[in-house]
Amino acid sequence: MIRPQDLLHPRPEGLYCPPGDFYIDPTRAVDRAVITHGHADHARAGHGAAFATPETLAIMQVRYGANFAGSAQAMTYGETIRRDGVAVTLVPAGHVLGSAQAVVRWKGLTMVVSGDYKRRRDPTCTAFEPVQCDVFVTEATFALPVFRHPPDTGEIARLLHSVAQFPERSHVVGAYSLGKAQRVIRLLREAGWDRTLYVHGALERLNALYEGFGVDLGPLAPATGASKAELTGQIAIAPPSALATPWARRFPDPVDAFASGWMRIRARARQQGVELPLILSDHADWDELTATLAELHPGEVWITHGREEALARWCDLNGLPARALALVGYEDEGD
Amino acid sequence: MRAFAHLLDRLSLTASRNAKLTLTRDFLRETPDPDRGWALAALTGSLTFKSAKAAAIRAAVEARMDPALFAWSYDYVGDLAETVALVWPARPGANRPPELSEVVEALRTAGRVEAQSLIEGWLDALDADGRWALLKLVTGGLRVGLSSRLAKQALADLGRVPLAEIEEVWHALAPPYGDLFAWLEGRAARPTADAPGRFRPVMLAQALDEAIDLPKLDPADYAAEWKWDGIRVQAVSERGERRLYTRTGEVISAAFPDVVAALTFDGVIDGELVILRDGAIAPFGDLQQRLNRKTADAKLMAKFPAGIRAYDLLLDSETDLRALPFAARRERLEAVIAAHGSDRLDLSPIQPFADWDDLARLRAAPPPGDPRAAEGLMLKRWDSAYLAGRPKGPWFKWKRDPRRVDAVLLYAQRGHGKRSSFYSDFTFGVWRTDIGGHPTLTPVGKSYFGFTDAELKQLDTFVRENTTERFGPVRAVRADLDFGLVLEVAFEGLQRSTRHKSGLAMRFPRISRIRWDKPAREADTLDTLERMLAAMGG
Ligand SMILES: [Zn+2]
Repeated sequence: MIRPQDLLHPRPEGLYCPPGDFYIDPTRAVDRAVITHGHADHARAGHGAAFATPETLAIMQVRYGANFAGSAQAMTYGETIRRDGVAVTLVPAGHVLGSAQAVVRWKGLTMVVSGDYKRRRDPTCTAFEPVQCDVFVTEATFALPVFRHPPDTGEIARLLHSVAQFPERSHVVGAYSLGKAQRVIRLLREAGWDRTLYVHGALERLNALYEGFGVDLGPLAPATGASKAELTGQIAIAPPSALATPWARRFPDPVDAFASGWMRIRARARQQGVELPLILSDHADWDELTATLAELHPGEVWITHGREEALARWCDLNGLPARALALVGYEDEGD
Repeated sequence: MRAFAHLLDRLSLTASRNAKLTLTRDFLRETPDPDRGWALAALTGSLTFKSAKAAAIRAAVEARMDPALFAWSYDYVGDLAETVALVWPARPGANRPPELSEVVEALRTAGRVEAQSLIEGWLDALDADGRWALLKLVTGGLRVGLSSRLAKQALADLGRVPLAEIEEVWHALAPPYGDLFAWLEGRAARPTADAPGRFRPVMLAQALDEAIDLPKLDPADYAAEWKWDGIRVQAVSERGERRLYTRTGEVISAAFPDVVAALTFDGVIDGELVILRDGAIAPFGDLQQRLNRKTADAKLMAKFPAGIRAYDLLLDSETDLRALPFAARRERLEAVIAAHGSDRLDLSPIQPFADWDDLARLRAAPPPGDPRAAEGLMLKRWDSAYLAGRPKGPWFKWKRDPRRVDAVLLYAQRGHGKRSSFYSDFTFGVWRTDIGGHPTLTPVGKSYFGFTDAELKQLDTFVRENTTERFGPVRAVRADLDFGLVLEVAFEGLQRSTRHKSGLAMRFPRISRIRWDKPAREADTLDTLERMLAAMGG
């Protein structure tokens, strides 16, 4: 009788696979790591060997330099590698460019480690692909019924409405540099905003990387060096941390916007001095999480990080055996 | 409902007055009647209904979802209306989402039970933002910081008419203000302002610049009187209707029944609301015990008896006096007070003076009694008509010189809008001796103005370089005997305060000078402030 915990179980370094001798998204340096996506809490430097999609490996190289791992092996979506009878396949997770779920098969047992994921359309990455499995390992970042992300078109429309309403100000959108920033840019292009977007220097290399993988971001210019007059009435994108720094002084009376799933909670926006909260998340909301579990109906649900107790409660109410893994070290860099 | 919800959302996160004006004006322009009128009434507090009890709303949501999941959600969000708005299970196609006017009109006639089922039906049909606005509205929790003054300014901007014209008609109008919008959009004539008890727009004074203004003015043209330290009010008693208004037209009658009872005349008096004990004005701190309250009980009124010191008369029985010269209005005011004056209503005396030097001496050294606590002097041209707003020339306020102390910067907070990347709100303190006999700094006030943009940059840099601790948007800066930044703070008055550890609070403090040169240990002490307070008769 094969038990799931024989195939994968938590260790201080992260989720470990004894028969294959590798970790998935370890938070410390290990010999062999399968990496689901490029966010810093999932992809760290210094592993002996890193297995990930070509996009994720490229992101790690941009962030950590060429020597981010002893060796790097690219796995395209759907490609399977085997090691000691364990087969690992990466399939799209819909979270950010190159994000993947790790499908681990061994002796007839299938476990899916979904990493971070979302179910709604994202023009900057490949959509989540459901895989039937015995155990589904899910995140729980927004696993409370209060988190129901509204449609992204509505959020972008609010931003553009505000830009039209305050032509004498500029709008500075705080967005995390990997994934969210490029998605906001792409969504603005789809909404018809074809003017130059001003970007913070910290975004430039990842923007170029996305373009290299075929995501057309349209005309971009550095905000540094632009005059107040040039920035008036324009939209700029910056890492959230830049909004409160002297960097933001170049903008005329800026409207501080912040694109994040956390902006659903008004007190959060207020605390952070955000004038225009945009509810845009790269994580599954409550409805997406529960719909995914209902759709896959796995034999067992493992919950990695976030609000485990609420999702476990939902599983309980819906007859799905669930367990919280209490993995440490994952924050929500992407939101 | 959607547009209203978005307006509420943006207003609640916007600190800038200009941005609030733009948001409100655009909403009023883009939203059809009667929704915009009801929204205006709701935002300015003219429309309050408590149709739903929080407990009933909570019970309704718990009947629709797992109570444990609800409890975790509520715990996480912290606000009941917002939690329910977010977790309420959608019933797509259940209903058409209601417009604000449908909600208001239905709830005005519905009983409690009926109201509850209406509300649940609307919650099914609305999206999260709409649910939030609805729940805030029906539980009486709409607080987004839109003063009626600001709403009226937005209306004036919308119709491109002077604010005074809005104020003139405002109290004759009722929600949803169809006639008001028709006028502002040029579809109808201005609505009539003839409603008994209405507010008349107030006349304000310019600040006097001694060097520039005085040489040009003839002392014989002007009357002088004290500017009492209370709040400016308009007391109306017209055709049986009695109301007390602030100078921006907010009705405060319910909080001052003792004052309203004293309005036995027939007319409109412009005066200063103060606490009057045995004919003497009590310190401003006493008046604060009566402000910002909805009502007053007998005990509070006995302890802090309010009254009016009258400056001017705008209406005498049926006669509008506003076009008459001040001298003529004053004569009629004296007659009204002679007939109707009481321990709650007295006359602000005219101060005779020979020339400007004479008046300057009076201002510098007021005689004992009430003038000691006055904010300064008012100069009014004897021939001035009573004009709305702040016309240039007829009235001047000649404030007393501000008091100044040297204080030490303790905390700085990030500003809003233009200043959101700057530490621009400063808390400062003075020295006192603690129980152990050691000198320690105690906060005495907070200010975010008085300095130039260039100085703001210097202050911001100082804060960033000398931060000792951070609490959210606030930074503590190093301040001890050997190091600290001394700020010269100017202020208009001092009062007792239980909210501050120092026991004192400043009125209108501003940073008048940054004393980069002055060592922190040489800043002022709490004793200095205590002596100032004593000298002001506090
Ligand atoms: Zn992520």
